[in-house]
Amino acid sequence: MENVIRLSHGAGGRMMNDLIREVFATPLDNPILRQMADASACNLQSANLQFAISTDSFVINPLFFPGGDIGSLSVHGTVNDVAMAGARPLWLTAGFILEEGLEMGVLERVVRSMGEAARAAGVQVVAGDTKVVERGHGDGIYINTAGFGVVREGVHVGPQEARAGDVVLLSGTVGDHGIAVLSQREGLRFETDLLSDSAALNGLVEALLDVAPHTHCLRDPTRGGLAAVLNELAAASNVGVEIEEAAVPVRPAVAAACEMLGFDPFTVANEGKLVAFVPSGEAQAALAALRAHPLGQDAARIGTVVAEHAGLVLARTAIGGRRVVDMPLGELLPRIC
Amino acid sequence: MEGLRAVSLESILAQFRDPDAARALAAAIRTRSTRPARLMEFCGGHTHAILRFGIPSLLPETVDLRSGPGCPVCVTAAGDLDRAIALAQVPDVILTTFGDMIRVPGSRLSLAQAKAQGADVRVVYSPLDALRIAQETPARPVIFLGVGFETTAPMVASTVLAAEAAGVRNFTVFSTHKLTPPATRAILAAGEVALDGIIGPGHVTTVIGAAAWRFLPQEYAIPCAIAGFEPLDLLRAILSLVEMVEQGRADVTNTYARSVRLEGNAPALAALERVFEVADVEWRGFGVVPASGLALREAYARFDAARAFPVDVPPAKELPGCRCGEVLRGVLLPTECALFARVCTPQNPTGPCMVSAEGACAAYYRYGERI
Repeated sequence: MENVIRLSHGAGGRMMNDLIREVFATPLDNPILRQMADASACNLQSANLQFAISTDSFVINPLFFPGGDIGSLSVHGTVNDVAMAGARPLWLTAGFILEEGLEMGVLERVVRSMGEAARAAGVQVVAGDTKVVERGHGDGIYINTAGFGVVREGVHVGPQEARAGDVVLLSGTVGDHGIAVLSQREGLRFETDLLSDSAALNGLVEALLDVAPHTHCLRDPTRGGLAAVLNELAAASNVGVEIEEAAVPVRPAVAAACEMLGFDPFTVANEGKLVAFVPSGEAQAALAALRAHPLGQDAARIGTVVAEHAGLVLARTAIGGRRVVDMPLGELLPRIC
Repeated sequence: MEGLRAVSLESILAQFRDPDAARALAAAIRTRSTRPARLMEFCGGHTHAILRFGIPSLLPETVDLRSGPGCPVCVTAAGDLDRAIALAQVPDVILTTFGDMIRVPGSRLSLAQAKAQGADVRVVYSPLDALRIAQETPARPVIFLGVGFETTAPMVASTVLAAEAAGVRNFTVFSTHKLTPPATRAILAAGEVALDGIIGPGHVTTVIGAAAWRFLPQEYAIPCAIAGFEPLDLLRAILSLVEMVEQGRADVTNTYARSVRLEGNAPALAALERVFEVADVEWRGFGVVPASGLALREAYARFDAARAFPVDVPPAKELPGCRCGEVLRGVLLPTECALFARVCTPQNPTGPCMVSAEGACAAYYRYGERI
C-alpha cells in the first residue's frame, strides 16, 4: 500500500478497489458492508422490508459541463446507485463543502439544478449540511449525497448474482460523460456537440424490472466505465463474461475523441447508462422495455455470461480477433505518439 | 484542436476495420506463409494495436511477432528519468510532461511520487500547453520533458520556435528525444535476435519518409513494410512481409500510403533541423547508441533545461530483476520474463514496459497474453 494518496486512488479502477479493501473495509467491517455493493440492501426485520442505502461524493471539475453540472450529477449519481440495488429511491441527504470565495450565483445555480433533478427523479432531499473551508482548500464546491430507497419486492439484484447463461444488456452509448467533461477541462478543448448523459435511471430500472423481475445484476458504469463494471461483476460472481465489441454502441464523436487520445471507450465514465445481467428467458422482453424508454433507446445486447474463464472478461474485436477487456488501473493517461 | 468531423472519421474507421476484409487478409497470410517469419514491429503503438484487435489470434504459427524499442517512455534511460525528477524538485519549477512518464519508477521514486510529495508536475497533452503555462506564469520556470521519437520531436521544435518568436524567457525543454533508424541498426548489429522482417512505424515514417528505411533491404537484406495503426493496415503489412519472406526478396513497401510519402514531411524535418542536432544518447536496454538522439543546438541553448538547471543526479540504480532491456531488444517476450504478471503488473510495475501504454508488457498484460 502506498503511503500517500494519489489521484488514481479515486479513479474507479484497481487502485481504488485496493484502497477500499486495505484501508476502509477492515475498521468499518460488518456483514452488509462486506458485500461491497454500490448500494447496500439492509433488512429491517420488523417491517419485513429491504432498504437500499448509498452515499457518493462529487468533486467534479469543471462545475458546469455540457449536459449537466455538479448539482444534477450529485442527485443522479446517488439515485442511480440506489436504483441499481433494485430499489425505489425515496430520500436524499446533501452535504456541501464550499470554498471561501465561491460566488453565491454559482451556488444558487447548482442548488437550483439539484432541485430540478430531484423533482424529475421523484426523490426528496430531506437533510443537509454545509461547511466552508478556507480559500485554496477546496475546489469551489464538493457535494456528498446519501440516498435511501426500498428494494422492490421479489427482486434480488447483487454483484454475486450473475449466472452462466445470463444475457448482458447495455442501456445505451458509452463514453459520453467522460469525453464531454474532458472537452471542457482546461488544456483539452475540441469542438464536439457531445453532452454528458447524466440522468436519473430509476424510471428505466422500473421499466426493466416490470418485465424482467429476475434480473441478476444491475450496475451503472461510472468511473472506470463499462470495463470496470464487467470485471467487478465477473469477479464477484465468479463467472466469465464474453462481449461483442461491435455490439457496444459508441457515438461517432466519442469514438473519434477516444481514437485521438488513445482512450478505450470501454473505460470512459458514464452517468446515465446501466448494465444489466438478465436470465436468458427474460432478456428479449428486457431489451424491448429498455428501448421503449427515452433513456434506453440505444440499448443493445452486448454479450453473455459464461462458466469458463471465471473472473475474466473477453471480447471479440471488430475484426473477429479475441482480446481480454482488462480492469482499468486508474487515471486515464493519453498516449504520447 | 480542430473540430471533429465525426461522419468522415466513422467511415474511415469502418473502412479500415471491415471484418470481411480482415478475414480475407488473415486467410491470405495463412495460405502464403509456409516458413517461419519472425517480424519485429518497431513501434509500441503497433504492439498495442496488434493486441488490442486480437491480431495474433488470426495469424498462423509460422508468424512470430516481436515488439521492438519503439516505446519512448520505455527507452528513456534511468539516468535521464532521475534527472527529470531532480528538475521537478528544483524550487519553483513547473515540470510538464506527457502522461505516461509520471508512473515510471526512477532509481528512487517516480514523477508521480515526486508530485505527491510536493513537486509541481503537470500532465500536458501537447508541448504548446507547456508553453502556454509558461506564458501564464512568467515568474516560474517551466520545463517541458521532451520524450518521443521523430513523431513528437517536430512539435517540440515548433514550440521552441514559437517561444523564441514570442520572447518567452521562462520556458525550457529537457530533451530525451530519440531517432528510430539508429536503434533498429543497433538491434540488427547486436545480432541477438534473427529477424526476417520489420513492420515500419507509421507515424515516425510519416515524418522521416519511407526512403529512410531503405538501409534495411540494402545493408541487411531485410524487408520492411510501413504500416498504419488500423487492423487492416497491420494485416496488409504482415501479408506484404510474409510474401517477401516467401519470395526471398527484400524491399521497402508502404502500406500506409495515405499518410506516408517517400520523402517524408518536409516542414517537420525542417523544424527539427533548425532546433535540434544529432547526439549520442543512452537508451534503456541498449547503452549509448551513436547518433541516435536529439539535443538542442547551441543557438537554442537558452531553451535547454539541462544547461539552465545543472542539477546533481546520483548514479542511476538498476531496477532489480527487471528485464525490460531484453524485451525492448526483441530478445525476450514479455511472457518469458519471470516477473511478468506475477510481481510486475500495471498496478505494481517493476519497469517501464509495464507502465507505458505503448510498452510491450503492458499491452501483453492488458489484452490477455498472460502465462
